[in-house]
Amino acid sequence: MSVRVPILRQGETLISSIQEELSDTEILDLQSRLMEQVVRHNATGVVVDVGALDVLDSFGTRMLCDIASAVQLRGARMCIVGIQPEVAFSMVLLGVTLKDVPTALDLDRGLALLARKG
Amino acid sequence: MMDGAGRGIQQIERDGDVVLARQMARQLAEEIGFSRAEQALIATAVSELARNIVNYAGSGMIAVTKNLRGRNIGLTITATDDGPGIADLDAAMVDGFSTGNSLGLGLPGTRRIMDEFEISSPPGNGLTVIATKWAFE
Repeated sequence: MSVRVPILRQGETLISSIQEELSDTEILDLQSRLMEQVVRHNATGVVVDVGALDVLDSFGTRMLCDIASAVQLRGARMCIVGIQPEVAFSMVLLGVTLKDVPTALDLDRGLALLARKG
Repeated sequence: MMDGAGRGIQQIERDGDVVLARQMARQLAEEIGFSRAEQALIATAVSELARNIVNYAGSGMIAVTKNLRGRNIGLTITATDDGPGIADLDAAMVDGFSTGNSLGLGLPGTRRIMDEFEISSPPGNGLTVIATKWAFE
């Protein structure tokens, strides 16, 4: 069964909360739907909440970076929130970073970050 | 699937199997008594190895087993496939080396995550990776 990650809209910001582990296909599906929604609503910000994920491997990280780059090319900005501490440590050891994508502790701070720089 | 005796095997053919493999590994890691942080490391290593199978070999297998050595307990991941293998293993273990569309961090990253790491690719016999993480007291 395929997982469809919900995309919510609050003003000009889209919020997508990944609630369970996604396969590569499901991440690609999220990527295309997020872009479609950014265009449709002229969104200026996107927050992706990965707090429920307990693994972010090299593919998952690259997909998040790709989504952020695409969003940025549309003139919007993306923030990733909720990376679990053990996930962060695994990512560092693995050698993947999100240095070009802003991150925040939780949804509130992510929204504040986008609002501040917007 | 876990067999209840500290051993689990997952066939890897589609990307959905990658998720199943890391869930299996996490379950065994938890049973063995690894911390949450170590469980995440093991699940990440399995994810990378399973993805390599899907991307480069097409099909293969991930086995996770409880490993006892002296007073240490650990978890060993064995990844095997029937793919083309890797001609230059030394190059493949360098960060950023990739023949496919990836970051090239999977194998060297997995080696950093695990305590022991062996890779072999005998010609015509695909790729085998055996990696162990010990639960140090």
